[in-house]
Amino acid sequence: MGYTEEELAKDLENQEYKFGFTSNFESDKAPNGLSEEIIRFISAKKEEPAWLLAKRLQAYEAWKEMTEPEWAHVHYDKPSFQDICYYSAPKQSKKYESWDDVDPEMKETMAKLGISLEEQQRLTGTAVDFVMDSVSVATSFKKKLNELGIIFCSFSEAVQDHPELVKKYMGTVVPSKDNFYAALNSAVFTDGSFCYIPKGVRCPMELSTYFRINEGGTGQFERTLVVAEKGSYVSYLEGCTAPMRDENQLHAAVVELIALDDAEIKYSTVQNWYPGDKNGKGGVYNFVTKRGLCERNAKISWTQVETGSAVTWKYPSCILKGDNSIGEFYSVAVTNNYQQADTGTKMIHLGKNTKSTIISKGISAGHSHNSYRGLVQIHGNAENARNFSQCDSLLMSDTSGAHTFPYIECKNNSAKIEHEATTSKIGEDQIFYCKQRGIDEEKAIGLIVNGYCKEVLNQLPMEFAVEAQKLLEISLENSVG
Amino acid sequence: MLTIKNLHATVGEEGLEILKGLNLEVKPGEVHAIMGPNGAGKSTLASVLAGKDGYEVTEGSVVFEGKDLLELETEDRAKEGVFLAFQYPVEIPGVSNINFLKTAINEIREHRKQEPLKAKEFMAKVRESSALVELDPKLASRSVNEGFSGGEKKRNEIFQMAMLQPKLSILDETDSGLDIDALRIVSDGVNKLKNENNAVIIITHYQRLLDHIIPDFVHVLADGKIVKSGPKELALELEEKGYDWLNAEKV
Ligand SMILES: Nc1ncnc2c1ncn2[C@@H]1O[C@H](COP(=O)(O)OP(=O)(O)OP(=O)(O)O)[C@@H](O)[C@H]1O
Ligand SMILES: [Mg+2]
Repeated sequence: MGYTEEELAKDLENQEYKFGFTSNFESDKAPNGLSEEIIRFISAKKEEPAWLLAKRLQAYEAWKEMTEPEWAHVHYDKPSFQDICYYSAPKQSKKYESWDDVDPEMKETMAKLGISLEEQQRLTGTAVDFVMDSVSVATSFKKKLNELGIIFCSFSEAVQDHPELVKKYMGTVVPSKDNFYAALNSAVFTDGSFCYIPKGVRCPMELSTYFRINEGGTGQFERTLVVAEKGSYVSYLEGCTAPMRDENQLHAAVVELIALDDAEIKYSTVQNWYPGDKNGKGGVYNFVTKRGLCERNAKISWTQVETGSAVTWKYPSCILKGDNSIGEFYSVAVTNNYQQADTGTKMIHLGKNTKSTIISKGISAGHSHNSYRGLVQIHGNAENARNFSQCDSLLMSDTSGAHTFPYIECKNNSAKIEHEATTSKIGEDQIFYCKQRGIDEEKAIGLIVNGYCKEVLNQLPMEFAVEAQKLLEISLENSVG
Repeated sequence: MLTIKNLHATVGEEGLEILKGLNLEVKPGEVHAIMGPNGAGKSTLASVLAGKDGYEVTEGSVVFEGKDLLELETEDRAKEGVFLAFQYPVEIPGVSNINFLKTAINEIREHRKQEPLKAKEFMAKVRESSALVELDPKLASRSVNEGFSGGEKKRNEIFQMAMLQPKLSILDETDSGLDIDALRIVSDGVNKLKNENNAVIIITHYQRLLDHIIPDFVHVLADGKIVKSGPKELALELEEKGYDWLNAEKV
């Protein structure tokens, strides 16, 4: 896998958080706090149909009765839900027809992120749906996708243009009462992405969405719904960066994937939200519910590279409902300084001959804590289910922690479950070996860590893999000790 | 090229002294063999010259190409042209040999204010160097030393030496683990890389390597010092008599 050393060197020059800048959009925002009134305000702003408002209000009623989960291996000051602003939108009211219409400041922001649409469009053939402050502001390649009958748009647009699809699938994989944060999201989500691949269609390009938190104190409640009809295929990318902020920002997204018979969904994430400073001040709280449903012969593969956020709580999961369905989870989670991550997956085997693979690489540096939490559940009817799990932890410092919490529940004797786990400290011998060949410590760590994560990085589409490699290196600067 | 004077070095937290006043002078174009009993400090000398953590120089000096070597960071010593072929090469899973060497070469070139090698030039160099030590081309693209046999690891070290073209190469028991044919091939490779501007220090226990790579000097390192130096015939004598007679000679 090639990435140029110069690019890397340039990135390494900047010791501080690379994407720590904010842009000055005037926002159209709701007063802080959460109430039925605010939910009605959001729904009205978005001109939603009555059924959706009803869904939101139901979720809100459920949420009020719920408490924040305490079981994760993370410690943080609980967000005050009445201090959060639940709706803010960039002020431009009109949607862009073409790239030329896009606000220059916004273009600049994207350029700083290194993901200018122009370049993305030219170099990668990637259709980008850029989400800034909860409202999607640019959509490209729509025409080409249109010809194939593929729908790729913001969630709000989908609600307006394809209400029957949204109504049919939304909340079927992650019910609004699923958990505290999912309920909160279901009540107040502002936007997100929607993707629909018709029967038998192979989406010819990677569909990609970049999320970005932009408004100070703005809670982000994104909602993603991907539906792959029978025999279809889609590779979906989601990448995140956030500007530097002092106060903690809450992010509670919900992602639902539905792979109908013989369909395949590949969902890749590179997540690099502001992790807080060296002393653990600030940073994003990332409490995400991601889940996919596989029908017969379907396959869902989650790949994630997580380097950001102060606190991460995230378990992309697969419900292997259909016979012969396949679930995969490939994850790299890096924590540095005072970051805390509790992440993993759930593989729920319901159908016969279902297979799941879990490859998790945790890397902890500084004073951080990195936990893998995984559940492999084999139900009574799941004849011949197979699971292979490998959970490796790499410690970069004596003050960091790695924890593994694998849970296995098996109700069918024909199941075959394999679990391997390793914990190692980054090898001084390896670093010396690299240095003896003229490679300095930072680059050596970059090489070693990228090598360690290779199985996961190999799952990412090429341009994403390059970005992910750089992120790993940036996140681990000055981390050996 | 290299002048070591009265070098004392300790290892570990207790400060155990391993090198106890070592002297050595290496000129361009020379091959020096260092022999000596197990635990004498041969690998320690190599580690100290390379700048490995955990070793502390308490006395003496090392000048390499007019520079105080001990002042330089490990990677800068490498960039200046010091190469160590490890007695126990390290595995780096998931990092291909090619990527590893490309990174190394370009770091070294940058130090010399040269442009990074173009992919084509680099690959040509890989082909040439792997041919030199008859390294299976498949190994070049595999992860660094991962799952390599003992002999393949040693061969890979010399492959890297060929790629990096150092001024001073220290080969720490490169012969151990090599079969008879491999020994010849690797030695031939080292000989081909030799010229009047570079130098080699060969650490070995066996005369047979020195049949292939003819040393200009043979040194005996015992108890942290060079206790005897001589022409290549000294190696034969050592092979025959062992090291005990040297002690007797000292007394
Ligand atoms: N990191 C270390 N901690 C403690 N002792 C060490 C360390 N490194 C080397 N030593 C000791 O220093 C002495 C010299 O070791 P060194 O590896 O230099 O020997 P050598 O001459 O290379 O031996 P051999 O022929 O067996 O390779 C040995 O007694 C060894 O145990
Ligand atoms: Mg030794």
